[in-house]
Amino acid sequence: MAKRVSLSGNEAVAFGMKQINPDVVAAFPITPSTEVPQYFSQFVANGEVTTEFVPVESEHSAMSACIGAAAAGGRVMTATASAGLALMWEMLYVGASMRLPMVLAVTNRALSGPINIHNDHSDSMGARDSGWIQLYGENAQEAYDNLMQAVRIGEHPDVQLPVMVCYDGFITSHAVENLEMLDDADVKAFVGEERKAPFALIGQDPVSMGPLDLPNHYFEHKRQQAEAMKNAKKVILEVAAEYEKLTGRKYGFFEEYKMEDAEAALVLINSSAGTAKTVVDALRAQGKKVGLIKVRVFRPFPAEEIAEALKNVKAVAIMDKVDGFNAAGGPLFNEVVSAMYGKADGKIVQNYIYGLGGRDVTTYNFEEVFSNLFNAIETGKYEVYNYIGVRE
Amino acid sequence: MSKLVEIRWHGRGGQGAKTASLLLAEVAFNTGKYIQGFPEYGPERMGAPITAYNRISDEPISIHSNIYEPDYVVVVDETLIKAVPVTAGLKKGGAVIVNTAKSPEEIKKELKYDGRVYTIDARKISEETLGAYFPNTPMLAAVVKITGVIPVETFLNDIEASFKHKFANKPHVVPKNMEAVKRALEEVKGNE
Repeated sequence: MAKRVSLSGNEAVAFGMKQINPDVVAAFPITPSTEVPQYFSQFVANGEVTTEFVPVESEHSAMSACIGAAAAGGRVMTATASAGLALMWEMLYVGASMRLPMVLAVTNRALSGPINIHNDHSDSMGARDSGWIQLYGENAQEAYDNLMQAVRIGEHPDVQLPVMVCYDGFITSHAVENLEMLDDADVKAFVGEERKAPFALIGQDPVSMGPLDLPNHYFEHKRQQAEAMKNAKKVILEVAAEYEKLTGRKYGFFEEYKMEDAEAALVLINSSAGTAKTVVDALRAQGKKVGLIKVRVFRPFPAEEIAEALKNVKAVAIMDKVDGFNAAGGPLFNEVVSAMYGKADGKIVQNYIYGLGGRDVTTYNFEEVFSNLFNAIETGKYEVYNYIGVRE
Repeated sequence: MSKLVEIRWHGRGGQGAKTASLLLAEVAFNTGKYIQGFPEYGPERMGAPITAYNRISDEPISIHSNIYEPDYVVVVDETLIKAVPVTAGLKKGGAVIVNTAKSPEEIKKELKYDGRVYTIDARKISEETLGAYFPNTPMLAAVVKITGVIPVETFLNDIEASFKHKFANKPHVVPKNMEAVKRALEEVKGNE
């Protein structure tokens, strides 16, 4: 029996980690992710988990310790945000390239400077090409559910890649909401008692990991890494289907909300999608054909599927809670537009940069975006690259 | 109550407005409601103005912004009335609940607000029942009564159970906290 609880996003993730009971957690605290290792270290101190907790001196060391433990064959988890993720940068690539499944909970927070502790997606979007799978969640329930599925996705023999479970700092991490938690026994059965590493530094058949890889082999290793990311697409859907049987909650690459006959649509990520849903509902009640796509899986990117989902819209606003500063559009925009090329052509496509550094994202913002989309459909006139909710 | 109720709390860092909003979320959750409880994080310091929010509904809640048009405003520290536009966006049919020794009529003039105004002397109740200034418990009781988000009887049973749990090591304070709750339910008064 699932248990109905009220928890913050960080509590949901920490309790989920407790149910998973990984072999090693190595972490360094940073706002707004601090509570995750804080709560988890209490579980360790109380003997509620058998995990070895490694309190390191920096995030670079946290990821290094995780890589070492995963290379030894362990099931490994950590958490960070913002500058902490930035300090892991070098090691993120190493972990992914060494094909080590690990789970990293990212409470999305802006990057400095100026220094800011609040939510946007600069941190994980900056790490989008590090070779990690990235799952995003709208609320505490989705953060918890993605955490459970992340273990299975990353550890699948055809994947063997690390996974980031991203959710919005403060908005999700520190807000108390309703959610359903699985029974401990169901979690154990779902994720498996322990990780089955196909290769490791120790054990019956130890291998060397991380030596110099010269032009003779490096390229082939990268090719295999790319194949693993392609394989992840199939595995993500398989794991989601199994999780749905267990919980009744359906997950895919993205959620389509009232998209069936939508003429104007949004594409966005995380908590603001929930706020936008209330605007979709209100506009639908007025007879306006609107919908939204909430992206859950950003790496691997579900290009064909998103293009298919957008093939009947007239206008779409792709919204980034980060700017890539290419003077043309944010990362989600770039990926969605690339995906549409040749498959969903001739649409009005706009990009909106929103909510940077924790600027509150309101229903008024989404009303304005939909109004702009309908205006563009009517007049054919629009700007592609826009900022919304900012003082100009 | 079928619709969404939105509540905004104004307090000062260290007074427990955030804790009170989380307590309200918890008691509503325990009656089967969908809830949100979240503070607006700033450069938190003892004494600095802080804001916290609650959404309570019979339906799942997907909105994740701050609250701009609350149904109720709770002011835990009356000195904020002069510092912060506490009634900004407050719905016409809404109400404001202020922790003060003043009368609702006096506070209404200070607020320049046309709607319902309620006052509760949480300091007096807290000091007389608990022996120190913990405004949370009486404020929570007043908010439950005025907003009606859960039935008062349900609240009384639930809060007693949670006091017994919270104060398992010092059970003698449970009756004092219950007295603070009951006095707050009786003494909150309004200008309607």
